[in-house]
Amino acid sequence: MSQEIFIAILATAITAGTPILYAALGEVLAERSGILNLGVEGMMLVGAVSGFICALKTANPWYGLMMAMLAGGLLALVHAFLTVTLRANQVVSGLALTMFGTGLSGYLGQSYVGVPLPVPFKTVPIPVLSDIPVIGPVFFNHDPVIYLSYLLVPALWFCIFRTRAGLHLRAVGENPAAADSMGINVFQTRYLYVIIGGMLAGIGGAYLSLHYVPSWMENMTAGRGWIAVALVIFATWNPVNALWGSYLFGGIDALGFRLQTLNVTVSPYFLKMLPYIFTVLVLILVTKRNLAGRIGSPQALGLPYDREER
Amino acid sequence: MIKLPGTNLLIEKKLSPAPTAFFIVPAISILLALLVGAFFLALSGHNYFEIYTAMFSGAFGSSYGFTETIVKTIPLTITSLGIALAFRMQLWNIGGEGQIYMGAFAATWAALFFPIGDGWWTMPFMIMLGMLAGGMWALIIAIPRAIWGVNEIITTLMLNYVAILWVNYLVYGPWKDPQGYNFPLTAIFPPGAILPTIGDSRIHAGLFLGLLITVLMYIVIQHTRWGYEIKVSGESSSAARYAGISNKKNIILVMFFSGAICGLAGMSEVAGIAHRLQPGVSIGYGYTAIIIAWLARLNPFAIILVSFLFGGMQVGGYIVQTSGIPASMVTMLQGMLLFFVLGGELLTYYKINKAPASPTRQ
Repeated sequence: MSQEIFIAILATAITAGTPILYAALGEVLAERSGILNLGVEGMMLVGAVSGFICALKTANPWYGLMMAMLAGGLLALVHAFLTVTLRANQVVSGLALTMFGTGLSGYLGQSYVGVPLPVPFKTVPIPVLSDIPVIGPVFFNHDPVIYLSYLLVPALWFCIFRTRAGLHLRAVGENPAAADSMGINVFQTRYLYVIIGGMLAGIGGAYLSLHYVPSWMENMTAGRGWIAVALVIFATWNPVNALWGSYLFGGIDALGFRLQTLNVTVSPYFLKMLPYIFTVLVLILVTKRNLAGRIGSPQALGLPYDREER
Repeated sequence: MIKLPGTNLLIEKKLSPAPTAFFIVPAISILLALLVGAFFLALSGHNYFEIYTAMFSGAFGSSYGFTETIVKTIPLTITSLGIALAFRMQLWNIGGEGQIYMGAFAATWAALFFPIGDGWWTMPFMIMLGMLAGGMWALIIAIPRAIWGVNEIITTLMLNYVAILWVNYLVYGPWKDPQGYNFPLTAIFPPGAILPTIGDSRIHAGLFLGLLITVLMYIVIQHTRWGYEIKVSGESSSAARYAGISNKKNIILVMFFSGAICGLAGMSEVAGIAHRLQPGVSIGYGYTAIIIAWLARLNPFAIILVSFLFGGMQVGGYIVQTSGIPASMVTMLQGMLLFFVLGGELLTYYKINKAPASPTRQ
């Protein structure tokens, strides 16, 4: 493999991994607060379609991105209401959210299928940094949404592990009854992080329709939302690990794509299976390892909190 | 007891749920889902009343629509029964879609490529292989789930994509019919591999397979020791352990049969409807089955009823596509329905009271 192809694959790995990264960061926050949200795929799809339509109408991808955040946040609010306030089953509510989001996005995007976006996010090489050999073209020759994720990952890591708000978040996810008695508002915290999680999933979806593709196709996320949920387990609920994980998945995706253009004789159908098979394998290996070690999910993940029953 | 934010309403747990709530809550949920659906339709400039009327009369109003609704009810019922079996043990089998595809794949292999000729034995052989394939596909997930507790929600779902790509590979590649004008279809099945139909309608013998599984499931769940074990394990795995029930063994068995029943749905679709393998064997039956199983509260007979309703919804959805309503509207309605049913659980198990004038706790 020549060096240019190698660099191209690495750069594509980052582009392909970024939508998964945003969604996974959002899910890290929601799950840290104790709420499992399986609606990521649905929130990404609605983010993708609403962001696309908004960017098309306003001719500005930034407005699209904001619209996607709003849409993802609103859907997450429904999940939060059902699971936090009404204490509904988190698995079923998340599945309902994915189904609703898939349907809604198809419905909204019906007349936009295949329309090209004249104003996608453009590649902006960062001066000086992009001139570094290998690292420059791989990391610093991208669009602003990717640069934003470079900042977001350490910021979230710092917030979760080094601030008071992060301590509260972790306490709510580990032991809501104890957090409650410490005076932390469990319900408010859960609402907040589930909604922020939805907004990030919305960005992840919009990145697909505003840069990666850039147009709208029905079901264009193709399971990336689910891969993001799996990635949270792989990342042991840590934003920094989510970053590496996302790029790894992006790399698998990019590799399949590249091999196709390199006239490899494997059928494209098998190459397209790679990310899904890889997700299953990774999940098995990681769960096995986590069983052996002490790294586990937040203790209260998936459990509704009821003051009466503490 | 929780306080609804922004109101002075308290939610309190009832000692026992009202039996009528099990019917009233789904009925109200359906109405509310249709209402919000109407809102979306109106928002995009459609006449929602006309569209709903067209959907309803399309699905139930004519003999053609009615038989088509039953044709859709068959795979929905079978898949939901499979999914419900796993749900009973708190195993989230979201992989029904993939298991349907694998069942269809194996049945097609038996019908077209297995060198034993065509005869009375072809159909039982297809049923066996279809179920085996669906079961094995679920087993890939069941084993790591049983041994290490690997999250089955995500893994079963991932395998859906793999199964669909696998079938696409076959019908666009090695299994493509040379006489098929380059369409992604296999050759048509021999006569012995085609399920008989009722009269000249499209209702096929898969209907009886579905009814048979329903009765079998009812007997197994209600009247066998294994059914009891599944119920206990589903309610509390630690209680099951104390009672000497092997959780691992049951996870593997339940997932296998869950997948096998979904595989049967795939088999009956290719042998009863398409008579060949083609892309889109299932149009989301595996996902719709999740809602049906939940709505029917895992009761096998209620599953038939709810499947019939959802079959009608899908047929009605096709009918109104001619007036520019995308098929995704049905998916949206189904998702909303599930939201309302979830919210309605509250009314089943809790009662809402006004908070007392002076709050006792804050």
